Amino acid sequence: MVKHTINEELCKGCGLCVRACPKKILRISKGKLNSKGYHPAEMMDIDSCIACAACARTCPDVAIHIEKE
Amino acid sequence: MALTLMKGSEAIAEAAIRAGCRYFFGYPITPQTEIPEYMSARMPEIGGCFLQAESEVSAINMVYGAAGTGERVLTSSSSPGVSLKQEGISYIACSRLPCVIINVMRGGPGLGSIQASQGDYLQATKGGGHGDYKLIVLAPASVQESVDMMKLAFELGEKYLNPVMIVADGMICQMMEPVVLPEMVDFKVDYKAKPWAANGKHPSADHKRAVINSLYITVEELDGINETLQKGYREIEKNETRYEAYNMEGAEIIVTAFGTVARICKSAIDDLKAKGINVGLLRPITLYPFPYEAVHNAAVAPGVKAVLDVELNAGQMLEDVKLAINGDQKVEFYGRYGSHMPTSEEIYEKLLSMREGF
Amino acid sequence: MAVVFEKTKMLTDAVFHYCPGCNHGIAHRLVAESIEGLGLTDNVIGVAPVGCAVFAYNYFNCDMYEAAHGRAPAVATGIKRVHPDTCVFTYQGDGDLASIGTAEIVHAAMRGEKITTIFINNAIYGMTGGQMAPTTLPGMKTTTSPYGRDTLQCGHPVRMCELLNTLVEPRFIARGSLSSPKEINRSKKLLRQAFELQHEGFTFVELLSTCPTGWGLTPEQSQQWLERNMVPFFPINVFREPNQMPEAAKKYTPDLKVSDDKPKEG
Repeated sequence: MVKHTINEELCKGCGLCVRACPKKILRISKGKLNSKGYHPAEMMDIDSCIACAACARTCPDVAIHIEKE
Repeated sequence: MALTLMKGSEAIAEAAIRAGCRYFFGYPITPQTEIPEYMSARMPEIGGCFLQAESEVSAINMVYGAAGTGERVLTSSSSPGVSLKQEGISYIACSRLPCVIINVMRGGPGLGSIQASQGDYLQATKGGGHGDYKLIVLAPASVQESVDMMKLAFELGEKYLNPVMIVADGMICQMMEPVVLPEMVDFKVDYKAKPWAANGKHPSADHKRAVINSLYITVEELDGINETLQKGYREIEKNETRYEAYNMEGAEIIVTAFGTVARICKSAIDDLKAKGINVGLLRPITLYPFPYEAVHNAAVAPGVKAVLDVELNAGQMLEDVKLAINGDQKVEFYGRYGSHMPTSEEIYEKLLSMREGF
Repeated sequence: MAVVFEKTKMLTDAVFHYCPGCNHGIAHRLVAESIEGLGLTDNVIGVAPVGCAVFAYNYFNCDMYEAAHGRAPAVATGIKRVHPDTCVFTYQGDGDLASIGTAEIVHAAMRGEKITTIFINNAIYGMTGGQMAPTTLPGMKTTTSPYGRDTLQCGHPVRMCELLNTLVEPRFIARGSLSSPKEINRSKKLLRQAFELQHEGFTFVELLSTCPTGWGLTPEQSQQWLERNMVPFFPINVFREPNQMPEAAKKYTPDLKVSDDKPKEG
């Protein structure tokens, strides 16, 4: 079981995590906006997440936190 | 008290070491190079650090780094080199760090010459760098006074968290005079007393993160730091103004002069006194804070008919003398351009000719 | 639940001001993680540059200095001479280090100052709005090379690793990139080595980084552009490490005599 949290207030919607994810399960949200007006990234399919943390390591704003059972 | 015959530069360097300075960053430039030369031999003897930087720009930034740790740090240079340090000095002033900068002034502008001059008065006192900042500026007139000033310079810097500049000139540093050297001060940084100082320890309850910085990007922040700086300058002006008043009793003329030129004026004044002509000398020792009040009071004292400002430049302290007197007395100027040292006879003649006009 | 990835304590809570996709944030994290990983958090002082990373003194959770433009290596020298057992690092951009600060970095390396310099090469001046830097690529358009960098006027970019590799004292010189998770992981190893070797001498890590805003590309395009255009000119490589020292690093101790002739008697 993986706990994958994206701090939506820190995220600037740059998309680097989306590109880095080997399982292609992250995307930039459409409807949502954070207080700075960015569309934060969001997890589409947590069950497929292998907690490799490629997303977290490429995030320029250290917005991703990952825990695993 | 043992008197030792020493060259100005070396006496000043030794005095700095006895004042607890263990870090010197410099660069060769005539006529001050004996200071770094002396330090390069002496610092290793006492476990201090002498480093010859690649430029004066780099040297002042090394001073900024070392001063940020709370240590007593010194650099020295001469006019063109001091011009190169101005940006760094503005940073150090805004970051509120104590340090001492010696300017052994030489003929200018441009490459100028290597003989003594007083042509950096305005740069030193009005701020040669950018922004509203001030240096405490001390002007010694002899090797002994320069030696005695070193400890004071470090202490004033720490008291007001402000850089201090000593403006000597090529004359003081190149001549030898008998001096009494001060005792060695046992100086150690107390990080409790200097919470602002950087020591690398992880931020914790008793050591808040030290941030040595002069960037204040928001208006309120910059207002805040400028307010603090200005309050400090008012304190300095109130408490630290120093000058010498010589032979003021019954003076008809008051001479204003600083540094070596003031000594030459004293000779002329003594010669005139022997002839029964009374001329006084008001010698600012702190160029900033300038003794405005003392100059004004001397100029308007009963019996005084004129003021003569004598400098080794085209008339720089003259501006502050006029500001101090504010039109309440006649002010004349006798100047020599940098490196053309006046003789006491010239000043003697000038004073006599002024009296004819009375 | 075991933590797989969390923010290092070597970074403060301050929110990065960098543009979306700017690699400075990644570099900050790698530096902070390397320091924490080596247990140096209680004995480290950093020096921030003037440029996009000018606010780094708000981000690294240790004593920090803000240096004048280009002077960080001199400031670090002053600090290190007072605290020889403290880890001291400078974090600088290409305008700061390879333009106005060239003398300072070359001489700090020449003296063998025991500091670590992290050099972010994004081929542009970011903070001032995208001007040409010494590392701007030939033909690359910037706000001060609107027709593209003209090598006849401004020459070719400067390769700082190779330049510093001609000096004797440096102990570690390497160039990495931040353009993908693989490169980011490799760059972290380089940073760790650099900090580990700091007690032996001057260590230097150049990190190729993107500047989406300055380059006028998306963060993703910028990564591709960097790999396609920057890497060929700025090869990713370890130029110098303890068991791979170039000829230039050889120590030299001349006898300083005039000649071998015996001094004549009398």
